[in-house]
Amino acid sequence: MASIKEQFEIPGKMRTWSIALICVGLLALIIGFATKGISTDQHQKDIFWGTLMYNSIYFLLICNGSMFFICATTLAMGGWQVVFRRVPEAISTMVPIFGLIAFVILMYIVFGMGSHTHIYHWLDKDAVTNDEILKGKSGFLNPGFFLLWTVLAIGLWSLLGWRMRKLSSEADDPALANQDAGKSFIWRNTVTASLFIVWFGLTVASTVPWLWLMSIDPHWYSTMYSWYTFASSFVAGISLVALWIIYLKNKGYLAYTTEEHLHDIGKFMFAFSIFWTYLWFSQYMLIWYANMSEETVYFKHRVEGAYKGIFFLNIIINFVCPILILMKRSAKRNYTLMTFMAVLIIFGHWIDFYQMVMGSVRPEDAGLSWLDFGIAFLFVGLMIFFVGKALAKKPLLPVYHPFVKESVIHYT
Amino acid sequence: MANKNFVVGCFDDEAVLFPAVKKVRMAGYKIHDVYTPYAVHGLDHALGLRETSLHTAGFIYGITGTATALGGIGWILSWDWPLNFGGKPHFALPAWIPITFELTVLFASIGMVLTFCYLCQMAPFVKKHQFHSRATDDAFVMVVEPTPKTNLEDLKAFLSANGATEIEVQEAEAGWWLGTYDKQQKLVRDKGIEVA
Repeated sequence: MASIKEQFEIPGKMRTWSIALICVGLLALIIGFATKGISTDQHQKDIFWGTLMYNSIYFLLICNGSMFFICATTLAMGGWQVVFRRVPEAISTMVPIFGLIAFVILMYIVFGMGSHTHIYHWLDKDAVTNDEILKGKSGFLNPGFFLLWTVLAIGLWSLLGWRMRKLSSEADDPALANQDAGKSFIWRNTVTASLFIVWFGLTVASTVPWLWLMSIDPHWYSTMYSWYTFASSFVAGISLVALWIIYLKNKGYLAYTTEEHLHDIGKFMFAFSIFWTYLWFSQYMLIWYANMSEETVYFKHRVEGAYKGIFFLNIIINFVCPILILMKRSAKRNYTLMTFMAVLIIFGHWIDFYQMVMGSVRPEDAGLSWLDFGIAFLFVGLMIFFVGKALAKKPLLPVYHPFVKESVIHYT
Repeated sequence: MANKNFVVGCFDDEAVLFPAVKKVRMAGYKIHDVYTPYAVHGLDHALGLRETSLHTAGFIYGITGTATALGGIGWILSWDWPLNFGGKPHFALPAWIPITFELTVLFASIGMVLTFCYLCQMAPFVKKHQFHSRATDDAFVMVVEPTPKTNLEDLKAFLSANGATEIEVQEAEAGWWLGTYDKQQKLVRDKGIEVA
């Protein structure tokens, strides 16, 4: 065991790159804030805060997808993920950090921007009193509930995630090699994981996308929306895990994580891309078929208007590419192809979140600008910086985890 | 089809089977197949089987289904006999997607089942020879195909040395042909006629 590198040390190059990305992102943030964020033009202001909002929510949700992956595999009594489990764990340490950032941005939009913003129309009290639909939804769409639910959502994700990571630290202790200790360990993991999954179901898979994203179009609703958001964030999240694993493998770590494990992660990427498409299509087809104006309003400017290109690019990147490229077994076992697909999927779902938010905030014109990429660089830089730090804190292999042998001999 | 001799070895344990498979192959004997009560992970690798082409066939069947559905519906509804359904365009692609999906799945699944049966030499009314009935219960049955030059006693001793608990020589049909198998078995059993 001594020859195997289990303790991650942050390479200088990674630190330089992450700090460079953060600097570029901060520069974009400052320029954007000066030219758009404090502009007297409400439109420019909406663009700036909308950009911050979709980036922060996207990166928060994909990092939270890591913890969902851990909890779901724990509940399924999965053993195969144990050899690389510390990687999604490290990614999930981003939830409190990105959660705080997203919280500040959302709170500014709700409480600081005034009622004339185009981001959340339901903030406009005069409009709500004269609008039967908005009045009916005002028990859900109001600043007080928004604040409460956002705090609860981010707080409990962070808390339960922290609890799962703390439990995982026990797997470095030889005391766990005892059979009874192992059983108790699995049981405690199961309890916390099920609490997380329940809360995840009540938030990411239902209320949170309604509250944060769907309420940008307060008159419109879709029962598919939350699942759609969940699928989008989870497939990007699992791609992020794949990228980190491939990076660590390249650096000579994770000796026991083989292409067998990568193959299974590739299956997740493939399957959830198809699942995302299924939800995308179900949402689109029903609205297209019924053709009712209060429902088609969401798709009008996306399919026929300014967002046409981005909307169909979204389908090509997130459906056509994964199904054709990842279908073959050899593709899922190929490190280069998996890296390419993971980057493509993360980019594709970032585009998806872009059109979900900006398509409603400014329906009349579309186009990714320096601001979108700059803010994304900021979040990617922060992610690399803090995930690297979190990875260096613990050994990469939880040696005394009861399922570690099952994971090492995993065969697909 | 010719009947052939096979040397059948029974193993009680997966852990004994794997080194035995390796040694039998190293010694140059040809393993006809290994019959196990459940799918044993890694056995295909140990036997040196190539990756199956079944999934490539499945992809082709699936694409055929997609093309059939899109081509068929497209020809009927937009070309040959356009009808107005609820004011939708004649080329109403989203409405066709569910049927296209179903036909893709149907073609792929039926095509793959038939191909699988063909590759496994299974067909209705063909009774396959069962080398050892414990292969469906608790034994791992390795079937070695000797050449005419193979010394059967040596092979049996070799299997026994590598952990086989039960060894016997059986005569069975090497390939398959619809119906001929049963007839040949009957001839052998009833009249002692050797079918060449």
